[in-house]
Amino acid sequence: MGLEEKIPDGIMLTTLDKMVNWARKRSMWPLGMGLACCAIEMISTFASHYDLSRFGMEILRPSPRQADLMIVSGRVSRKMAPVLKRLYDQMPDPKWVISMGACASCGGVFNNYAIVQGVDTILPVDIYVPGCPPRPEQLIEGILKLFKKVEQESLKDKKEKQVKRLG
Amino acid sequence: MEEKIRKFMQENFSDGIVREDDFRGQQSFYIRKEYLLDVLKGLKEDEDLRFEFLIDICSLDWHGDSEEANGRFEVIYNLFSLKNKYRMFIKVRLEGDNPEIDTACELWMTANWLEREVWDLMGIKFTGHPNLIKIVTPDDLVGHPLRRDFPLTYEVPRFSWNKDDPPEVIL
Repeated sequence: MGLEEKIPDGIMLTTLDKMVNWARKRSMWPLGMGLACCAIEMISTFASHYDLSRFGMEILRPSPRQADLMIVSGRVSRKMAPVLKRLYDQMPDPKWVISMGACASCGGVFNNYAIVQGVDTILPVDIYVPGCPPRPEQLIEGILKLFKKVEQESLKDKKEKQVKRLG
Repeated sequence: MEEKIRKFMQENFSDGIVREDDFRGQQSFYIRKEYLLDVLKGLKEDEDLRFEFLIDICSLDWHGDSEEANGRFEVIYNLFSLKNKYRMFIKVRLEGDNPEIDTACELWMTANWLEREVWDLMGIKFTGHPNLIKIVTPDDLVGHPLRRDFPLTYEVPRFSWNKDDPPEVIL
């Protein structure tokens, strides 16, 4: 490559998008939040057997201020919905949401007065993981899909979306 | 123990008892609504029986059942005697769609929340309750979800033929 031959060793050229996305992807910290039975599978995913630290995200942040990924693991009751929205709002940008399992994605078998029919009615969801509950492999697949998505994001678009969302 | 309770009930509240029921060793008495507080107080304060522990208050809706003829709603008081290690049930049948019954808050403080739950989910009013407001359902929910005439689903399920329509909310 032309330009790289002329600059000193140890310097690499890339785009800002690519570098920032690489950093974001490799240090994604999920919010330590379990809602229902899917949370058990999520915990199992983080534990040593499936070992999510392979992907740089073994640290579950107990505070939304330090997290950038929200895994909605289970059914969201109508009374829990405002809490969930508030936690999401407290997370600093950039942030992503994985809707894990049938209940979080569409209400699942709980088509009733108590459960929110799909968490996408209150949060912008990036990845839907199907299953009831999904196995840890499925959640990992969802997370890897999210990484793919993060890689393809551009800083400008992300910023514009953020400004639009915050009004 | 069964005999002792039967004797106690017959001696003190013979007018109030509708019938006695025995299901697999679970002793229960159907009593008239007017006698409820007297019966509960009697069972609680009797030196020998000492049903001091109100474990739960639950309710039934017999809507659409042949049993509805005896009154649509049923309130069940689950009592436990710590002294005798014995459990029994007091049941009251209530007429009409908006039934009322006396509160047991003065006998047991725990009745406060239990009765709020019954009110919230089944719509049975406890007269004399100090704070009869919702306890579990969302504040904006109208109705009492455990009643049998409450809609079973929230949204109309989407199939291939209506997938493009917005979901229709039933409530």
